[in-house]
Amino acid sequence: MKILQERARGGAMGEDLILRTSVSLLAPFIQLFSLYVLAHGHYSPGGGFQGGVLLGASFILMALAFDLKHSMQLFPLRANLIAGNIGALIFVGIGVICALLGGYFLDYAAFAKVIPMAVPDWRSLGILLVEVGVGLGVASIMLSLYWDLASGGHLEEGL
Amino acid sequence: MIWQLDLLILTLLVICAIGAITVRDLLSATMIFGAYSFLMCLLWAEMGAVDVAFTEATVGAGVSTILFIAAILRTSRRSKD
Repeated sequence: MKILQERARGGAMGEDLILRTSVSLLAPFIQLFSLYVLAHGHYSPGGGFQGGVLLGASFILMALAFDLKHSMQLFPLRANLIAGNIGALIFVGIGVICALLGGYFLDYAAFAKVIPMAVPDWRSLGILLVEVGVGLGVASIMLSLYWDLASGGHLEEGL
Repeated sequence: MIWQLDLLILTLLVICAIGAITVRDLLSATMIFGAYSFLMCLLWAEMGAVDVAFTEATVGAGVSTILFIAAILRTSRRSKD
């Protein structure tokens, strides 16, 4: 606990070579697995939420093994803001476009009127597009929740 | 569905739940809560709800434990009541 408090104040903690090497080797595989979970969410366990949480957790893991600044270099604050907003915009945008095309909110079959493709194909593709938006939003929100809680809102140093 | 495995996980789950609400040290309570989430994930997976188990493993055992520790660092470690 004392070590953790020292670390939260930005004090030196000593560099653990094994921890840092293993985390920097492991994080790309976690990100790849998160993309797999996201892309196969509509016919196997997983989906946008779980993929997004895995993507956010890989950056949280980098922040824990190195420090807060390192994770903010990997996924900058501005990119985080843009990713979160684009994610929400994809979700709501697709829903509203479906409604404008004459269907219900998030009724993907309405897309078949604009781009001719079979209705079941559109239902499958639409849920994938929506899940990409959900994944982007969830990953960004998870990471910014961690940043704000760990650094007390200052985004300077933290856990 | 193996009922012996179900019973074993359920027993450990109840022990973890009672431990998490009786222990005074908030950091220990967070750790026990992480173990509780992991056992819950095992139980979901064993009952065939892989989707729920996935969510429990990522959110319950992964992210929320870290967020609890980050919140405890900003407040006090011992419970007053």
